[in-house]
Amino acid sequence: MGKSLLGWIDDRFPLSKMWNEHLAEYYAPKNFNFWYFFGSLALLVLVIQIVSGIFLTMHYKPDAAHAFASVEYIMRDVPYGWLIRYIHSTGATAFFVVVYLHMLRALMYGSYKKPRELIWLFGMFIYLCLMAEAFMGYLLPWGQMSYWGAQVIISLFSAIPVIGDDLTLWIRGDFVIGDATLNRFFALHVIALPFVLVFLVIAHILALHEVGSNNPDGVEIKKHKDENGIPLDGIPFHPYYSVKDIVGVIVFLFFFATVMFYFPDGGGYMLEHANFIASDPLKTPEHIAPVWYFTPFYAILRAVPDKLMGVGAMGAAIVVLFFLPWIDRCKVKSIRYRSVIFKANLIVFCISFVVLGWLAMQPVTSVVTMLSRVFTFLYFAYFVVLFVTSKNEVTKPVPDRVTS
Amino acid sequence: MKKHIVTLILIASSMMGTVNIQAAGGGIKLDKAPIDIFDKDSLKRGAFAFADNCLSCHGAFFMRYNRIAKDLEMDEQELRENMIFTRGKKGDPTKIGELMKVSMTDDYAKKVFGTAVPDLSLTARARGADWMYTYLRSFYVDPYRPTGMNNKVFSDVSMPHVLWRLQGLQKAVYKTEVHDGVEVESIAGFEMVTPGTMTTAEYDSYVADLVNFMVYIAEPVQAERRTMGWKVLLFLFLFSILAYMLKKEYWKDVH
Amino acid sequence: MSVDVVDEKKRRFLVASTSVMGAVGAGFVAVPFLSSWSPSERAKNAGAPVEVNISALEEGRLMVVEWQSKPVWIVKRSAKTLSDLETLTDSLRDPNSENAAQQSSYAQNIYRSRKPEISVLVGICTHLGCSPTFRPEIAPADLGADWLGGFFCPCHSSKFDMAGRVFQGVPAPTNLSVPPHHYLSENVILIGNDGGAA
Repeated sequence: MGKSLLGWIDDRFPLSKMWNEHLAEYYAPKNFNFWYFFGSLALLVLVIQIVSGIFLTMHYKPDAAHAFASVEYIMRDVPYGWLIRYIHSTGATAFFVVVYLHMLRALMYGSYKKPRELIWLFGMFIYLCLMAEAFMGYLLPWGQMSYWGAQVIISLFSAIPVIGDDLTLWIRGDFVIGDATLNRFFALHVIALPFVLVFLVIAHILALHEVGSNNPDGVEIKKHKDENGIPLDGIPFHPYYSVKDIVGVIVFLFFFATVMFYFPDGGGYMLEHANFIASDPLKTPEHIAPVWYFTPFYAILRAVPDKLMGVGAMGAAIVVLFFLPWIDRCKVKSIRYRSVIFKANLIVFCISFVVLGWLAMQPVTSVVTMLSRVFTFLYFAYFVVLFVTSKNEVTKPVPDRVTS
Repeated sequence: MKKHIVTLILIASSMMGTVNIQAAGGGIKLDKAPIDIFDKDSLKRGAFAFADNCLSCHGAFFMRYNRIAKDLEMDEQELRENMIFTRGKKGDPTKIGELMKVSMTDDYAKKVFGTAVPDLSLTARARGADWMYTYLRSFYVDPYRPTGMNNKVFSDVSMPHVLWRLQGLQKAVYKTEVHDGVEVESIAGFEMVTPGTMTTAEYDSYVADLVNFMVYIAEPVQAERRTMGWKVLLFLFLFSILAYMLKKEYWKDVH
Repeated sequence: MSVDVVDEKKRRFLVASTSVMGAVGAGFVAVPFLSSWSPSERAKNAGAPVEVNISALEEGRLMVVEWQSKPVWIVKRSAKTLSDLETLTDSLRDPNSENAAQQSSYAQNIYRSRKPEISVLVGICTHLGCSPTFRPEIAPADLGADWLGGFFCPCHSSKFDMAGRVFQGVPAPTNLSVPPHHYLSENVILIGNDGGAA
């Protein structure tokens, strides 16, 4: 009975074909380590955000007069509304933690190198969409930080010469951030960007499956196949990685639940304190800091004394990442076989990213500004050093087969 | 490689620990509020203190009376007698399921106090328990203010010292410090001028209960979420063991 | 190190138990999401019982109060009205209020109320939900000589007597609903709450 039902479907829809191509007969390298959990976790968080988001939409009111109160309504009056809200707010942070670690993996193992440049590009577009999605989502509670954070970021567009002021007016839909802005951000956050994100994620995975996964040794497993055309160092994703990813998911959910049940406002870094005050267009909070996942770029913005140049530098900090596959000219993929210079360079880059994030949360003083400039320099220096040293980099011999 | 990443994370988190987003304006040192949202007796005392002192001017527009009765294990009659003093527009007594609203309008408040009276539902999450605990104990006599009182934590606050009869009246004791060659005067402490009906210890305890209650109304589900939390973590922990066994069994095939 | 023989039994057991635990977990996760559809505290408060003071209600008059967004009628009936109720038995669909869904047991009598002279009814026609008009007058031109007072629904002409009982030959299938209620005092009714004694 089951077989013939499957046969009926397969005659009309490539169900078994897709199952095999992408799961049961997708051969992934057998040496995936800890860093290879974050892709599937990112997909999990996307699903978590969509489901919790849909349920929040059932009670949230995207109206400037009611938005803030509707969030408190969810937190207090809707049965388990508080749980759904905290899932969504914790999920937003979890998304960026997972995505940053996922990207770091790519930097370490050269996952952006040929033939995987397109996977990296799709990924970068996902990152951009994710930042827009998070930014728009943060406006929705309509608290003080929502309002003034949006005010600051949208004003950045006014730095663009000639069209700047008209552009910001057009984005806002009004002379100040108000109901018009809130409603359109709601539509974009709930419908438009999620559709784009899902499409990009599918494209990202299809591009990956087209060339096959990289691995911690940076060795191409398709170079050595057995008589059936199966890579010698490959194992079918299902059941081996499905079973391994289940463990990854549960451990991740353990940390997720710990934060959600015991530190839902993340010490003021996830649900910022000022956001528990309803937005007041006449009063700016003492301390405007973006949510933690934007902080490194905010620090770069503040480090540059000129408004337009600051915006430019902040944009450049993200755009430069798109070009990584061509900036890094080394043929060797994995950090395991690369030079000390590469390792040191990457470590400095990571430290800069984290320190810039911390600096963005400090009030502006001369010391903070000086340090922000130093670390902004170091951030960009990564790409320059990489470009210069990668061409004739001294590397260790890369093994033919995967090690561990 | 992993070692380096771990070191990075440790450096980063230790730096983050020094950030105090809750610092009062001007970096005033805040006293630690003794909060325990599982202490129902404290919450009950705080609830009644809140109704006695705050609920005439300040609303708690997101909190419902019946939730307080349920969470603090009070029967509705007791809550009604001690906390509900309002009536609806038609003169009917406020229902137990209603939100904690007050009759003072913003216009009236602006006329009398110069500013609208803030709602207190979320103040504990916006300013923090330590801030409120310190604030309520930092009023001092100031003849230049319309209310006759000023506050160390919230300079030139419009709110009168509602609890003055309990705490008594204290005056500020100043100290002079030199910062970068400039003499700066700041408040070192307080000295009681007219004692109130409570001793310092009793008043601190009264305020602690009140702040405890405000922490509760800022997030009434706190106690429940912490209790649910460990059950979820326990389930996940057990599940992870099972899933790991499954993984290990299948991975015997590999290598 | 690959084993020579795959322990199929162990694998089946582990897959099964992991799946069961996963299903249990999924069930736990579903609970809050499904519960979030239940009436919120705000809805429950809006639907909470309503106190009504009937001291000013005159005989033969109807007062309307809102309960759970529905109109609730309170009518003070005269002795004549009450005696007229007994004569209508043959023209009614459910003269003895046998349909238990339309009233609690204390209203399962000819007056369909706790106190004979005070009628408490939900003012919504049991046909398709319009609110009938109050027609207490005897034998008006449009309702015929046999009309002894009651309620007439303008939407599809259903008719009910002064105890809310539905007449035969009209589209409405059942008597008007009596809301749960009880007397807090001589003149104060709490609508929405049976007061324990059904």
